[in-house]
Amino acid sequence: MDLRLEVSERGPWTVVEVGGEIDVATAPRLREQLISLVAAGHHHICVSLEAVDFIDSTGLGVLISGLKRVRTHGGGFALVCTEPRIMKVFEITGLLAVFDVHGTIDDAVSA
Amino acid sequence: MVELELPARPEVVSVARLVIGALVATDPLFDDERGADLRLAISEACTNAIQAQMAQHGVVARNGYAGSVGEPILMLCTVQDGQIEVAVTDHGGGFDPNGLHVHPEVTDPSRLDYEGGFGIPLIKMLADSVEFRPNDGGTTVVMRFKPRTPGPRRTLTNRGPSGLG
Repeated sequence: MDLRLEVSERGPWTVVEVGGEIDVATAPRLREQLISLVAAGHHHICVSLEAVDFIDSTGLGVLISGLKRVRTHGGGFALVCTEPRIMKVFEITGLLAVFDVHGTIDDAVSA
Repeated sequence: MVELELPARPEVVSVARLVIGALVATDPLFDDERGADLRLAISEACTNAIQAQMAQHGVVARNGYAGSVGEPILMLCTVQDGQIEVAVTDHGGGFDPNGLHVHPEVTDPSRLDYEGGFGIPLIKMLADSVEFRPNDGGTTVVMRFKPRTPGPRRTLTNRGPSGLG
């Protein structure tokens, strides 16, 4: 399955727009992307899930590792998500209370 | 009944989701949201099955890895009495569902030390019942789904009346 990653800069924030399905086959690519961004000094990362059709616990694990990684640098980690089906996965795992979830990229990077 | 034999590699999990999605779509009792529940639960079960076999064979998942490991994963879907039953069988050496590591609550900052541990709780929340049956050298996970999401909606922090077992 396809995973699309698009990286852009918004002031101090680095925005990663993810598209497609995040599962055991594709999550390693997102993980690598987040690791290399943090290693390159990007410590404010916003991951947009607006074009994501599916996420499972493997994808959640990668986002948790991203959050943890930027926190060790005193940075910020924000998610953008409005699609009810994707939100539900965060909701039922209780992760909505852990992640900073916004409705738009604008909101996320100006928070 | 739909029987599917899947080579044990990460890329086939999306195939399992497609198949279960198509099966659910033919059943008017199951709406789109319930279909998404099944796709997620089956994704978790197949991921566990493949990872169990990869662990048993000492294979580390890495980007671009394309080989399959050991025997195929077996997925058996049965529609009966308005319910959908999905059984996923692996040959990953078996595991003890009661011996799972207990992670801190999700709101506890130390929970971030663990990236995993959401898969089986998710299956338990999404399915109306789940059984882990040891088989010859592996595990069969049997999940049963009724048309509606079990309610009231349970979460990992609000475990609901029936709990997570």
